[in-house]
Amino acid sequence: MIDFKLTEEQVALKETVRKFVQSEIIPNAHRFDATSEFPHEIIRKAWENGLMNPAVPEKIGGLGLGILEDVIMNEEMGAGCLGMTTSIAVNTLALYPILIGGTDEQIKHWITPFLNEPKLASFCLTEPGAGSDAGGLSLHAKDEGSHFILNGSKMWITNAGHAELFTVFATTNKELRSKGTVCLAVPAKTPGISLGKHEDKMGQRCSDTRAITFENVKIPKENMIGNIGDGFKIALKTLDKTRTPIAAGAVGAARAALEYSTKYSKERKQFNQSISNFQGIQFMLADMATKVEAGRLLCYQAAWALDSDQHKLGSYYASLAKRFSADMAMEVATDAVQIYGGYGYTKEYPVEKIMRDVKLVQIYEGTSQIQRVVIARHLLED
Amino acid sequence: MNIIVLVKQVPDTETKIKISGDKKSIEKTDVKWVINPYDEFAIEQALKTKEQLKAGSVTVVSMGPDRVVESLRTAIAMGADNAVHVKTDQPLDSYLVGKTLAEVVKKESGQLVFTGKQGIDDDQAATFGFVAEFLNWPSASMVVKCEIAADKITVQREVEGGTRFVLQMPAPAVIAVDKGINTPRYASLPGIMKAKKKEIKTYSMSDLGMASEAIKTVSADYALPPERQAGKKLSGDAASQAKELVRLLREEAKVI
Ligand SMILES: Cc1cc2nc3c(=O)[nH]c(=O)nc-3n(C[C@H](O)[C@H](O)[C@H](O)COP(=O)(O)OP(=O)(O)OC[C@H]3O[C@@H](n4cnc5c(N)ncnc54)[C@H](O)[C@@H]3O)c2cc1C
Repeated sequence: MIDFKLTEEQVALKETVRKFVQSEIIPNAHRFDATSEFPHEIIRKAWENGLMNPAVPEKIGGLGLGILEDVIMNEEMGAGCLGMTTSIAVNTLALYPILIGGTDEQIKHWITPFLNEPKLASFCLTEPGAGSDAGGLSLHAKDEGSHFILNGSKMWITNAGHAELFTVFATTNKELRSKGTVCLAVPAKTPGISLGKHEDKMGQRCSDTRAITFENVKIPKENMIGNIGDGFKIALKTLDKTRTPIAAGAVGAARAALEYSTKYSKERKQFNQSISNFQGIQFMLADMATKVEAGRLLCYQAAWALDSDQHKLGSYYASLAKRFSADMAMEVATDAVQIYGGYGYTKEYPVEKIMRDVKLVQIYEGTSQIQRVVIARHLLED
Repeated sequence: MNIIVLVKQVPDTETKIKISGDKKSIEKTDVKWVINPYDEFAIEQALKTKEQLKAGSVTVVSMGPDRVVESLRTAIAMGADNAVHVKTDQPLDSYLVGKTLAEVVKKESGQLVFTGKQGIDDDQAATFGFVAEFLNWPSASMVVKCEIAADKITVQREVEGGTRFVLQMPAPAVIAVDKGINTPRYASLPGIMKAKKKEIKTYSMSDLGMASEAIKTVSADYALPPERQAGKKLSGDAASQAKELVRLLREEAKVI
């Protein structure tokens, strides 16, 4: 029998994140969106309450939570502010490559500081010329025996301006495509690294996004996670684990858009009655609710498969969840603005921000088109 | 110091309350149960006191059916060391709860009791008093500030009109706290994971010598507040609106 009941701990965890979102995130979301300042204080509080780095295993002092817990947390946070969610959750994205490909020693060395302090890390895969085609990296890692010399650049790196550690994907030989890739743990302060400006974005404005330039950056071989040729594989395995929680963030944002517009439709009167009396509005709300629930179920299904180590199926389900939830949230947010009418188009009301914020989910961690590519590949393979 | 916190599980303030057919209770299905918000302040105050004394333990106690265990786990996740569940499905009143909880405080060798000034469900504001009476301890309620030095307790009470009223008493005592005393911490994620593994002590009513005790009051009738009237919209220019508003406040609302 299928049972959608969460465990007592999962319910408690959801409750804590929801409380945190209500008292720390929602009251501040608008201000950080307007100023696009980085929410240091909120990130620190999130860390203090154990809302960061949930996947770090118990053996080094973490919580060792699964994808489903990550999904539950991200849905709640996404309902508050997707920008803050991204900045809080990116640590997980940046630390997974080390958890996946690192030796016990590397895991302990690189990850432990994140348990002791609210430090940030960035995941550095995308480049100016390698976005959807992440296998076509140009950042060059010249193999000099005991170390690599990095030259090139990265693009759109979340939290880059505040991170202390970068997990960087580079290539020893571009001709080899993904077979030449390496994953390196790179302290942000390493000489030769320079950061671009904080991008002035449409949405998720408080989340820091920058380009990074590497100029003769010397990285010792012991910072290599896995071997030469493993980089791309590690990146893909990482994205398999984070894609579903990212999708869940969109589900949360869509849920919030639905809740706001349901409430508003009861309050707003036209033609001497609440607009919620109009079937046209009711059907919109009904469709929005159906989509939100469907998105959540796809996320839960993917999380279940990934947590039960059915990676092949999990990866496929994760793409279904990300594709559907991102596109769905964009539709739901657009409809929410529609239900608010002209008021929804202003910053006085919360739904236009959701519409700007969720747009990004269709783009980062694999665009909605790339998710379809992955889904179709799975369907068509022999 | 062994600090005991008495915690009641109540319907969440967001729950839409429905009254049962016989009007003698509320419908319990579909209710989301939470820790009584005033008791959350009590838990926080207990944890703060323990941190300040750098010694002792915090034990949370709740009485009721199995579902109250969930609230006890939340309290552990916030940082409480131990939890005690007095398991009973019978109807309760302030007298029986007070008498039973006083027995638990004795059994657990409590040296200080914190609780909320009232439950937000029945608003009786009586438990702290019953417990203090049965223990023969001093007590204070509506406490907004509490300092503990050696065995002297100094509390500040909220007084209608905002005047300060400071009381002193020796420990052990029962302190019933009001909102504003602190900001309760969250049940942290590491706390939640720890709480999962924690064993919760269970007492039956007969374990506490309460088997033959009965309630002394019964709830006889519940009624919902009347539907809120639609608001009034004033029209005209600012001056006439202001004039009308003052008239309504004086004559209809009778607040000025
Ligand atoms: C705010 C923000 C934060 C980000 N954070 C990070 C981060 O922390 N780390 C990181 O590494 N990256 C990050 N990214 C990068 C993000 O993952 C990429 O932007 C994304 O993968 C798309 O790459 P691109 O922007 O180069 O678009 P392109 O790859 O140039 O795509 C342009 C368009 O072409 C479509 N397209 C491309 N290939 C195909 C195809 N085969 N079939 C059909 N359509 C196709 C795409 O779907 C898209 O619509 C971030 C991006 C943004 C905007």
